[in-house]
Amino acid sequence: MSQTRSIAVTVNGRTYEKTVETRRTLVDFLRVDLGLTGTHIGCEHGACGACTVRVEGEAVRSCLMLAVQANGKSIVTVEGLAQGNALNPLQQAFWEKNGLQCGFCTPGMLMTISEFLEEVPSPTEEEVREALSGNVCRCTGYQAIVDAVLQVAAQARAEKEAV
Amino acid sequence: MKPSPFTYHDPQSVAETAAILSEVEDCRLLAGGQSLMPMMNFRFVQPSNLVDLNGVRELAFVREDAGRIAFGAMTRQRTLERSAGLRESCPIIPLALSHVGHRQTRARGTIGGSLCHFDPSAELCNLAALHEAELVLARRGGERALPFAEFGVGYLTTAVEPDEFLREVRFRRWPQGHGYAFEEFAMRHGDFAICAISCLVTLAPSGAVDDIAIAVSGVGAVPFRLGEAEASARGERPGHDLYRALATAASKVEAMSDSYVSAGYRQHLARILTYRAVKSAVENAGMRAAA
Ligand code: FES
Ligand code: FES
Repeated sequence: MSQTRSIAVTVNGRTYEKTVETRRTLVDFLRVDLGLTGTHIGCEHGACGACTVRVEGEAVRSCLMLAVQANGKSIVTVEGLAQGNALNPLQQAFWEKNGLQCGFCTPGMLMTISEFLEEVPSPTEEEVREALSGNVCRCTGYQAIVDAVLQVAAQARAEKEAV
Repeated sequence: MKPSPFTYHDPQSVAETAAILSEVEDCRLLAGGQSLMPMMNFRFVQPSNLVDLNGVRELAFVREDAGRIAFGAMTRQRTLERSAGLRESCPIIPLALSHVGHRQTRARGTIGGSLCHFDPSAELCNLAALHEAELVLARRGGERALPFAEFGVGYLTTAVEPDEFLREVRFRRWPQGHGYAFEEFAMRHGDFAICAISCLVTLAPSGAVDDIAIAVSGVGAVPFRLGEAEASARGERPGHDLYRALATAASKVEAMSDSYVSAGYRQHLARILTYRAVKSAVENAGMRAAA
């Protein structure tokens, strides 16, 4: 009795038309149907944040959305951050500050922070920690991630002041 | 895991939703999905029919008038958190929402979904008790409005019938400049509250308590008010003695116990957090009135 629907979803600027089971989660759609495996699945019940993507600009857990709910929507995943081989400033800061070890949580971290910094360009450390409350990392102890976020925010401020 | 198969319905209006609910059996309503989707992924819940309310735009609104504030059931928590209007008229809402899950879950989570899930520790259920909420349930051919006390029947259980759905929530509106506080204890930021206390207060020109409301959640199977204690506080001068009397009343409520947290610990938290909440609400009432 599985039921299917045709959907059209724009991911990282490219529009995909697919027929999916209505019970397909958005994260499985991205990973399995589109082959965009940068988005990770840690828990599949909304606890870890590894699956965070941006839907219409908002950071959401893609394991808690159905693919059919993304019909007509525009999504950005971690694959949409870099320009070719050039890391974006946030990714670069993670690299420089050792903001990742195994890297499993990293896609979710990056997507969450990319939204947060648009909203709060000059955050305090406490604000960064609160913004990351929905993303679990088992490796870094978070300090290196917080450092990376604060570094990229400081860089952006300096660049703005220089203009 | 993945959800088991279901028939997916995506109504675009309240009327269409009511019509579907009058016809299908074994059905779940999908609001923000921040509780139902995990339960479906775990297969704790395996509905034959899923009615997705995310396309029903008429269910997302905030309307304020003199006596009350009305919310459409599908209004996102993030929308409430960011609303400049509510920051003025009902500042406890954004304050309490900062404790609700995480930014990613608030982007999807809705006020109606949270109320209908009716978790005993949910901040929005606490606020509904605090504001003497009225809940409008719609069904094909009619609707009814329930006071909060009749809406919440028990642990994770509401009075919503299988062919009904929550359309609107109405909060009592407090006068401009009222004092407010929301105190919560959880193991980590965004975790379920072990205890949360909310308080609203207005002061008379004499400085005495004019009106006060205190709601307790996370402690009992449903959130509740400290009705008797509130009544005895009206007309009293705020200060340590009054805060302590209210805190003592809060510590005597019946409390749940589970494998992590004993009833006694919940009562202890209720006492401490009530003292803090009332004190801080009184203090900011004074400041806001003076401003
Ligand atoms: S996989 Fe979605 S929150 Fe863990
Ligand atoms: S780097 Fe390994 S989980 Fe975060």
